[in-house]
Amino acid sequence: MFPFVTTILRALRRGPATRRYPYEVRPPMAGSRGHLVNEPDTCIYCGLCVRRCPAGALAVTREPKSWTLDPYRCILCAYCVEVCPKKCLRMEPSHVRAAS
Amino acid sequence: MTTAATTTRRTLIPFGPQHPVLPEPLHLRLVLEDEIVVNALPAVGYIHRGIEKLAELKDFQQNVFLLERICGICSFIHSLAYCQGIEELMQLDVPPRAKYLRVVWSELNRLHSHLLWLGLLADSFGFESLFMQVWKTREKVLDLEEATAGARIMLSTCAIGGVRRDLSDEQIAQVLHGLDAIERDFESFIPAVITDTTVKHRLVGVGVITQQQAHELGAVGPVARASGIARDLRVTGYAAYGELGLNPVIETDGDCYARTLVRVRELHQSLLLIRKALKRLPATPIAVPVKGNPIGEVVSRVEQPRGEVLYYLKANGTKTLERVRVRTPTFANIPALLAMLPGNELADVPVITLAIDPCVSCTER
Ligand code: SF4
Ligand code: SF4
Repeated sequence: MFPFVTTILRALRRGPATRRYPYEVRPPMAGSRGHLVNEPDTCIYCGLCVRRCPAGALAVTREPKSWTLDPYRCILCAYCVEVCPKKCLRMEPSHVRAAS
Repeated sequence: MTTAATTTRRTLIPFGPQHPVLPEPLHLRLVLEDEIVVNALPAVGYIHRGIEKLAELKDFQQNVFLLERICGICSFIHSLAYCQGIEELMQLDVPPRAKYLRVVWSELNRLHSHLLWLGLLADSFGFESLFMQVWKTREKVLDLEEATAGARIMLSTCAIGGVRRDLSDEQIAQVLHGLDAIERDFESFIPAVITDTTVKHRLVGVGVITQQQAHELGAVGPVARASGIARDLRVTGYAAYGELGLNPVIETDGDCYARTLVRVRELHQSLLLIRKALKRLPATPIAVPVKGNPIGEVVSRVEQPRGEVLYYLKANGTKTLERVRVRTPTFANIPALLAMLPGNELADVPVITLAIDPCVSCTER
């Protein structure tokens, strides 16, 4: 294993390469697809996002006005964001925990 | 009086679907004489997900996201194979910038796939520190994917008619910088893989198949190239590969060591291709609009880290496709695996199996 000894020694000197997640969370990268957010004030409840969603994660009704997302079904593809005519959908870079 | 021949007992040993070295459930029924494998029978089907059927129910645009989920390692390349097929049916002319970006993401996929494999191979013969070092470097590739595509694994950047995301100048600089760091890491562990006597002891002369066997059994990807077959679909020049130029990496020994060398050299090849593609990125739009629905039949083939993937698509002019059929590289390499095993010791089975880089969730879809 001799070719590897220097690598191991260097790794020992540098300390752990990992983070103590979940106590230490890496800041999200810009442009990351973390979670989906809708601005209810701008949404016109047209349902275009529902028709595009490949995972069937969205439901929209006009009367009463409602837009719901099932976060357990959403695959974070951002396809709905592209199609929304009012640009009220956006992807936030931070990842939320599944149960929050 | 009993002769030696009549007293030889055969033992049947199940290898997998659960086994410490197997990342995914592949089952091999091994017939042994003493410690030597004389025959192997495969069984797959433990993680079939019915993706092909589901692809007939979703519309052809939604399928891009579904089909990239066939594999978590070469996700982008799956969506690329599908998009190229649909683009051929709809006669879409993909802008040059999109083609170059497709090369960048494809090669990032190849980089992290080969690194994942190298780590798992090291794990299969108990070299845990090498496993950890390789996977540490793999994280850097995944970070580059997240910085450019918005996700570590499911990039979702390939679209019919082009790509979904463009790269800014800062992002290009970030990727080039990241590749330099990754290359420096290679210098710290690749010599250990190539020259270490214990590593060589486990790989050299193990699981040999000849060029003719590889050809007759229809081996693809690094398995075929390690047996001296110069078969790499990137040479056909899809996306921007034609303009970037590459020669397939070939070794001739056909053993596990040759397969390792092929993939290790392909790591450097991928770095080179990404750098070239980013330097020559043309200033054009990144996608063309898609109008109407596809009609007709097409076969689309691209090179994945594990070899050739083949998509057969049949469209009838509606939003949904009539048939989607995927032949994945691991499926094509299983007959070659069965030819590699006989004559080797039971202790070498994990290494030989890992050396074809099996991806069972691709195989079963
Ligand atoms: S597409 Fe946009 S505007 Fe229409 S329902 Fe969805 S979020 Fe609202
Ligand atoms: S991000 Fe994708 S899966 Fe999630 S709601 Fe939007 S379209 Fe559906």
